[in-house]
Amino acid sequence: MTLVTDKPHNDPQTQVATIPDKSRAERLTSFEVEDFAVPTGREEEWRFTPVDRLAGLFSDTATDADAVSFSTKVPEEALQAALAAGVAPRGTVLVPGDRGSVVGSANSPEATYIKVPNDAEYAEPLRVDITGNGAGRRVNSHIVLEAGSHSKALIILDHTGSADFSGNVEIKVGDGADLTVVTLQRWADDANHLAQHDAVVGRDATYKHIAVSLGGSIVRMNSNVRYAGPGGDATLLGVYFADAGQHLEHRSFVDHNAPQCKSLVTYKGALQGETAHTVWVGDVLIRAEAEGIDTYELNRNLVLSDGARADSVPNLEIETGDIAGAGHASSTGRFDDEQLFYLMSRGVSEDEARRMVVRGFFADIIAKIGVAEVVDPLMEAIDAELALDMKGEA
Amino acid sequence: MATLEIKDLHVSVETEAGDKEILRGVDLTLNSGETHAIMGPNGSGKSTLAYSIAGHPKYTITSGTVTLDGEDVLAMGVDERAQAGLFLAMQYPVEVPGVTVSNFLRTAKTAIDGEAPKLRTWIKEVKEAMGQLRMDPVFAERNVNEGFSGGEKKRHEILQMELLKPKMAILDETDSGLDVDALKVVSEGVNRVKENSEVGVMLITHYTRILRYIEPDHVHVFINGRVAESGGPELADRLENEGYDRYQGAQV
Repeated sequence: MTLVTDKPHNDPQTQVATIPDKSRAERLTSFEVEDFAVPTGREEEWRFTPVDRLAGLFSDTATDADAVSFSTKVPEEALQAALAAGVAPRGTVLVPGDRGSVVGSANSPEATYIKVPNDAEYAEPLRVDITGNGAGRRVNSHIVLEAGSHSKALIILDHTGSADFSGNVEIKVGDGADLTVVTLQRWADDANHLAQHDAVVGRDATYKHIAVSLGGSIVRMNSNVRYAGPGGDATLLGVYFADAGQHLEHRSFVDHNAPQCKSLVTYKGALQGETAHTVWVGDVLIRAEAEGIDTYELNRNLVLSDGARADSVPNLEIETGDIAGAGHASSTGRFDDEQLFYLMSRGVSEDEARRMVVRGFFADIIAKIGVAEVVDPLMEAIDAELALDMKGEA
Repeated sequence: MATLEIKDLHVSVETEAGDKEILRGVDLTLNSGETHAIMGPNGSGKSTLAYSIAGHPKYTITSGTVTLDGEDVLAMGVDERAQAGLFLAMQYPVEVPGVTVSNFLRTAKTAIDGEAPKLRTWIKEVKEAMGQLRMDPVFAERNVNEGFSGGEKKRHEILQMELLKPKMAILDETDSGLDVDALKVVSEGVNRVKENSEVGVMLITHYTRILRYIEPDHVHVFINGRVAESGGPELADRLENEGYDRYQGAQV
């Protein structure tokens, strides 16, 4: 029998200043900076984020001169003239959903625009290499990616170096197109990155968004999807590895606004070291008109050492019962010492055993990613993270 | 010729109520080529003996020694014990998601031998051993113990024993949860290793039925954390008829 305690438990959650949205669909989006106040950390969508370290990225500020180098490696016919604000397709897919995104949008006079022509199929990945040139230096970036109807391409955004980086990416997947967008966060330890990646998936189109977050002090990425017609298929995958002091936050919102579409959201992360913090919030809304859709979202976290914290929040909102399937799963587990004992009792050293367990943890999502250009450096990076930890503990 | 020598072994575990002594002075000597059955009722400390020898961190050795050919086993790490030639077939093998059986076996073999096995002969060896244990070849691509039935887990343990070729193998209730057919297959596997090598086997069991398939040279009755009686195979027959009741009253 539980005893009644003399002091009521004060859940900070109950003191949140704003009233939670009735539906995820009602959350504010706007191009006007003044529509979004600087977050205090008490807002529902900012409650996990160390907002006090993000003052630079919340300010309505232009890009510092030479704070960033862009290197775009795409076929000539795919690189289009830059887009000013209000020039379509810019703004047709992405409307800023928070303070970080709106100041980035307002301070990006020109957006890089890449369009894969209709019916074109590129065997080689298209790349945009983004290198920050200094910690705390402000960068506003806006990229528009469009896959023409029935085209097929893989686009890699690779973030390295250091900056206070505000990155908006809008992605338009044409009817019948097959587009994979990979975003690699391989920042230096002192970089901050706020991102909003919005996609509209065309009729019978296939869209894959792969987020890999390894570096950076704070990375907070919103990856959102909606559909332009029936038959669309969206897969959002994420892999992250947080060390001491790192805050890696991934939020996704799949808006099932069309019938007969599919979505699969899978994020897996490992954490090691004091104060390593990861957040995953997966929102799925199935609107009344989204009949026959199928959705599943999953988040798994592997905590490798004491003092690390993983928050995991799936939200599924269903407005029609006429669907093929909807489910979610979320779990956070500590590194299992029994697995370590089992492997070591077969002669395997402790370091090698830990590596096997962590690689094993990521094995299924690595298989889902299936892109050699991503998988190989990712596995190397995970091994390097583990090696660092073992050295640190020795 | 190898010898595993256990002398006056005392082991305790941490419980909420404080340290609890489970092994209270175990003496046992196991030589190459010998098979010793350790029999006893539930809770007598049989599994604790197995896990203590393998080095599970849950158990604290409070006194006594364990040596393999004079080397101090208790001073070795868990991996070093396996490299020295000790093997523990576990009662409840652990799942390792995302690690395939074939990767696991190759990694273990490499760690035990100190060098990677020659690929072609190794693949053949694994295939043969799996065939003899009546394991489907697709088994090699499944994740270690994930979704395995009880019988599959035990076969997988014996498969490792065959491939890793230990000097001393401790089989912790390998017979538990097996139907007669699976018990026969697993026993045949153990007997093959005994025929083809000088392995010493410590067979820990609650029941006598596995002893119909694996013949022990020595039988030890384990009661309340120590060996209460030792004898030849005839002791097992006596236990089959009389059970452990005779010893229970004598508990300290």
